[in-house]
Amino acid sequence: MLCQNCGKNEATTHIKQIINGDMAESHLCSDCASHLGYSDMFSGFGLNLSELFGGFLGDMMPSLSSGKTQRCAKCGTSFEEIVHNGRVGCADCYTTFYDRLLPSIQRIHGKIKHSGKVSTAPAETPKVETTEEKIEKLKAAMNEAVSKQEFEEAAKIRDEIKALEGGEE
Amino acid sequence: MNKWYLEKGDQGDIVISTRIRLARNLYDFPFPAKLDINGKNKVNELIKGILFENDRKDFSYIEMKDLSRIQAVSLAESHLISPEFASKKDGSALVLSSDESVSIMLCEEDHIRLQVMKSGLALEEAYDIADKLDRMIDGKVKYAFDERIGYLTQCPTNLGTAMRASVMLHLPALTRCGQMTKLANTVSKLGLTIRGANGEGSQPIGDMYQISNQITLGITEETAIANLKSIVLQLISQERAAAAELIKKPAEEDKIFRAFGILRNARLLSTNEFMELISIVRLGAAKGLVDIPIEKINELTVSMQPATISASNPETATPALRDAYRAKIVREALA
Repeated sequence: MLCQNCGKNEATTHIKQIINGDMAESHLCSDCASHLGYSDMFSGFGLNLSELFGGFLGDMMPSLSSGKTQRCAKCGTSFEEIVHNGRVGCADCYTTFYDRLLPSIQRIHGKIKHSGKVSTAPAETPKVETTEEKIEKLKAAMNEAVSKQEFEEAAKIRDEIKALEGGEE
Repeated sequence: MNKWYLEKGDQGDIVISTRIRLARNLYDFPFPAKLDINGKNKVNELIKGILFENDRKDFSYIEMKDLSRIQAVSLAESHLISPEFASKKDGSALVLSSDESVSIMLCEEDHIRLQVMKSGLALEEAYDIADKLDRMIDGKVKYAFDERIGYLTQCPTNLGTAMRASVMLHLPALTRCGQMTKLANTVSKLGLTIRGANGEGSQPIGDMYQISNQITLGITEETAIANLKSIVLQLISQERAAAAELIKKPAEEDKIFRAFGILRNARLLSTNEFMELISIVRLGAAKGLVDIPIEKINELTVSMQPATISASNPETATPALRDAYRAKIVREALA
């Protein structure tokens, strides 16, 4: 078969694309393929996975707006946003939109059942404070101590704040 | 401690390095794209606290905002961080081991991207290290995990094990014989991908390829690694056979010695010219035509990248100065 683009060389690159459910085939020689940006698996064509996944989900969009948009209760992401960005908002989105995401997950991976390592998942993640938050809290405590005229305590807290601020640099 | 790439690993004539990367997220925080700076800092402090719990001296903690552009790109050139991560600033941090074999990107595409690199073909070994670190964190935080679809990731393409295993290969002979496109098509049918490991254009620079598993859901870590390993071993034997045939041709042998001659004498070497020539010389070294240790060549291909040169030599700020510096170092190294 000759290249569909130049009609001169033997077609060695065969591309199947499914765009909105319609399959388009092209047969190109390697020169034309690289000119047209299909050079090979290496150039990363279509490797923007986020966009690719967005494309995967594209035909899942409801054709008619069903009125109310469902949003993830935890992060506020809607299914339409996930489709548009190809990115899921948080762990709970997977629960909220599980049924609607599953067909696409199956198309990507071929399977829908995890096998392999299992997280031992403790009940919850310990709470953390950033250094800024710790400093804010200590400052409040220091002011409180000053207002109660506990100056020794206030001086102690001031040193703690200094140590934290020093540690940041 | 020696950097991991200064050693020649198993199958080192062809395999440059092995990398295992695990993506993990914390259940209690939205994924990075939906997380504000304060939230990201909390995630980073939390993971830092766990990793540095026993006052580990072999790890260092780097906030991306503290790095210059050149330093960040240099880390990407050494494959320690992703190119996307190099442009991250506030809210992203990196934990790096002193031998650079472990790098943990915090708040990249996922909260945690844990990466282990080893020289040569060492998939099981690299996975063991990654697995241990992962279990250490897993014991302390609640991961985003679902029994049905595995580790939950920002991009659904990583669901399941969320493990990407990859092997970097030097395949000059298969590239010369025009086999790569065919091989890429074949491996894609086996759930793997091959792509150029350096550079952005369509042509992989220096004949370096990265082969990795594509599917992460419904396949165990062990099976994914075993599949990848068996394909890599086949690629290795094909490359060796092709290389043995190739160097029998006088024109090809001549090419190796010419490349060697240029590298040993040039006064200016651009990145591309260097990568092209060192690839040819590496083939010669792998086949015993040129008496230069493979480790030295591997080291040069990392240290002679543009941002890596500029990061450690501020006087080489312009491309012309850099090209002169590169030529000088290469001359001395191959003398």
